[in-house]
Amino acid sequence: MDAIYSFLQQLLPFEWAQFHFMLNALLAVLIITPLFGLTGTMIVNNRMSFFSDALGHSALTGIAIGVMLGIDNYLVSMLGFALLFALGISAIIESGTSSSDTIIGVFSSAGVALGVVLLSLNGGFSKYSNYLIGDILSIQSDELVLLLFVLVAVVILWIFAFNRLMIASLNPDLAVSKKINVRLYKNLFVIAIALIVTVSIKWVGILIINSLLVLPAAAARNVAGSMRSYHGFSILFSMVSGLCGLIISYYWGTAAGGTIVLAAAVLFFLTFAFNRLKSRA
Amino acid sequence: MLEQFPCPCHCSIQISHLGVKRGSQVILQDVSLTAHHGEILALIGRNGAGKTTLLKAIMGQMPYTGAITFYDAQGQQIQRPRIGYVPQSLAFDRSTPVTVADMFCANRSGLPVWMGHRKAELKRIEQMLEKVGAHSLLHKKLGSLSGGELQRILLAYALDPIPDLLLLDEPVSAVDRKGTGVFYQLVTSLRSEYHMPIILVSHDIGHVRKYATKAAFLDRTVVMQNTVDKVLNNPVVRETFGLDIGGDR
Repeated sequence: MDAIYSFLQQLLPFEWAQFHFMLNALLAVLIITPLFGLTGTMIVNNRMSFFSDALGHSALTGIAIGVMLGIDNYLVSMLGFALLFALGISAIIESGTSSSDTIIGVFSSAGVALGVVLLSLNGGFSKYSNYLIGDILSIQSDELVLLLFVLVAVVILWIFAFNRLMIASLNPDLAVSKKINVRLYKNLFVIAIALIVTVSIKWVGILIINSLLVLPAAAARNVAGSMRSYHGFSILFSMVSGLCGLIISYYWGTAAGGTIVLAAAVLFFLTFAFNRLKSRA
Repeated sequence: MLEQFPCPCHCSIQISHLGVKRGSQVILQDVSLTAHHGEILALIGRNGAGKTTLLKAIMGQMPYTGAITFYDAQGQQIQRPRIGYVPQSLAFDRSTPVTVADMFCANRSGLPVWMGHRKAELKRIEQMLEKVGAHSLLHKKLGSLSGGELQRILLAYALDPIPDLLLLDEPVSAVDRKGTGVFYQLVTSLRSEYHMPIILVSHDIGHVRKYATKAAFLDRTVVMQNTVDKVLNNPVVRETFGLDIGGDR
């Protein structure tokens, strides 16, 4: 790790690069943002942005369950609950009893409420409030390794399952006629999102994690002409806003997560304007 | 009506005594139908007669009783048949950045389309698209295609890989007159080129008369299965489609 730090410090002769927490945060951004850019494309394509938002909210209940069970590492309880939560929402949406936005809304609010109630049982909710906005500057090097593993796992999934997932998201009937198990691929995708949201929520924060998933892909959609450029732009926008947001937050003394999301929002509006101008010309 | 297509090939689909129930409600019962290579079997019937349910059962999306059997050119039974399906109109998000090439490559190629396309694969797809007169559309986004263009793309898509049965579910209901003619001419020419039966669901009696080789009138069961002329002259069919009042459309 020291070798990486000194290499980065030589590469980046800036004031902020003198601090190890900033370098850790930089590495985290370099791992998380391509991950978010890559998966965000399918979240937007599947119109699942409310779904990933609800998953983020469910993390609060996951933490509460961890606290009650006396687990030190909340990651396990968060992941377990997020998976149950995600597959539960999918199953209820598939049963077709209510519209999907209603079902997701119900789950999302219930997830937050349950988390708040359980965490405030002992009167100590404020202890966990840093999960709401996250703190990327607190990330440790072993946690970086975990993030790297998740990135590798998702890239592998994206290599082997993406084509079928894309056809399933285009039109389920068409996918079935091509012998694609739509439910299997949708569930794989949902599990991947649950994993990404859970492992990164501590640093990104419950309130803004979804913006980071959705904004770069939404911006990329404004300018993309194919699936390849869609993914390319989405990863690029995600990384650019991550890096800009992190560095700006250092100089402005603002929260890193929020600054990153603002940078992504600026990119979205720029691409939106570009798209409007292009279609008018 | 088109003449029966003489063919030594034995490929066919045989549906025997098929039944579908939803709860206690009988949707289809005792449906028996056969379609051979070179035939375009038109399924006609009023709304709610069970046409869509029958298609879903054929595609394996719905549990049924009875049997659906597929045979190949040598008359051998096919265990896992491929079914090409052209839907009425593809319900999809028109702003999606999926191109025609993305859609075809995702279907056949191992390379994930977000990484790009193989040149050889693109060439093969271009040749397929040429058959439906759509090779210039390769790099267009799906959402930018006209109704007729999209249906021709979907027809080519249904034929890749070449299926054991082609299902056309009101394939031109969202296509203008000229596009409709082009589409059916393509389907007709496919009859000789590929070894597969074709089942066409259509509300448009004019199309059925012009392009189908035989017809089945469905009303929860097969009321009648015969040549197109005989089915369309049946009094019940004429009444269902208003042929005596409004005349042939």
